[in-house]
Amino acid sequence: MQHTRTQDTLVGLFIASGIVGLFFLAMQVSNLGSFTGHDGYTITARFENSGGLKVKSPVSSAGVKIGRVSAISFDTTTYQSVVQMNIDAQYNTLPEDTTASVFTAGLLGEQYVNLEAGGSDELLKDGGNIEITQSAIILEKAIGQFLFKSASEKK
Amino acid sequence: MIEFLQHLGENTRTSFTKLGRGTFFLLQTLSGILSVLTRPRLLLKQMYSVGVLSFLIITISGLFVGMVLGLQGYYILSDFGAEETLGVMVAASLVRELGPVVAALLFAGRAGSALTAEIGLMKATEQLSGMEMMAVDPIKRIITPRFLAGFLSMPLLAALFSAVGIIGGQMVGSGLLGVDEGAYWAQMQTKLDFQDDIINGVIKSIVFGFVASWIALFEGYDAIPTSEGVSRATTRTVVNSAFSILGLDFILTALMFGDN
Repeated sequence: MQHTRTQDTLVGLFIASGIVGLFFLAMQVSNLGSFTGHDGYTITARFENSGGLKVKSPVSSAGVKIGRVSAISFDTTTYQSVVQMNIDAQYNTLPEDTTASVFTAGLLGEQYVNLEAGGSDELLKDGGNIEITQSAIILEKAIGQFLFKSASEKK
Repeated sequence: MIEFLQHLGENTRTSFTKLGRGTFFLLQTLSGILSVLTRPRLLLKQMYSVGVLSFLIITISGLFVGMVLGLQGYYILSDFGAEETLGVMVAASLVRELGPVVAALLFAGRAGSALTAEIGLMKATEQLSGMEMMAVDPIKRIITPRFLAGFLSMPLLAALFSAVGIIGGQMVGSGLLGVDEGAYWAQMQTKLDFQDDIINGVIKSIVFGFVASWIALFEGYDAIPTSEGVSRATTRTVVNSAFSILGLDFILTALMFGDN
């Protein structure tokens, strides 16, 4: 009987350590521990060009991450990019005239949405729209414009 | 020419009949699950020999694989000044690929070969037919508990492998080479998704556990009951498991990570 009892203990230990391993992967390694996208509210912004923005790209304000992009779609009537963002529930005091712009982290880093709070007393609600947006800066376009400008100045 | 065609036909026929026997064997095994669940002691004993005894080799290999990833990743990433993303590299490659695959290969080598040899020897010494004589179903009594044990142990072992590997990478990366510890974990947490990375890795390891235990048990049950037959069956277990695991890994990766 003694033998089976140690065996039981070891099997129990094995299963417990396996579950601890899974738990470690979930909480420490993946994004599950730091941010959950469920308890938040959704706001929408329309951009002329959303550049390299992807689903799950961060949404930040004043440099602090406050949410994630949840969906990006193309509006076939206005030819704009419709970006849905899920904002964490604790940041629920964004004013209605908040500005959204697509920025790049560093020169070659990933793109993110930056929200800049306005001065209105009305607050953005779940499903609200951001009216003032600024498109992503496309590097090729900027270089092209610069070259074109410097060429025309030489004449 | 005729001889070659005849040979080809015969090979095809034998491999198809083997596949058929294997499927039939799997169905019989699965139908025994309920009766095993009413006698958990059988399962517990097999969990010990399949899972607990594989624990050490899995964790030690995981530690070393993670440490090597940390070293190699650091050398390459530091060329681009991107040492901070070492955590992402180590964790993503372990959780998505190396964890499930290497753990499954080790599992096939450590536990799978032992299962085949055990069952094959039981068959060679006519223990299985002896059980049938006593009206004990050898599939329900012998095979299904071992199958369930392998199937349940594999995801746990793969998760342990990845977890220990990530800690090993951190030990080398920030302990030896000077990557910032906070950046190692923080970058990992922002880049790895629970659903896309962790869950898909677990699904992979479940599939590999299923396939590796099935192959090991079937090869043992199907072995020619001589000492040579058992030794051949053991070899086949390791070879076939490795092939199936690596092949399935490619298919699963293409299905899971193909669209992003």
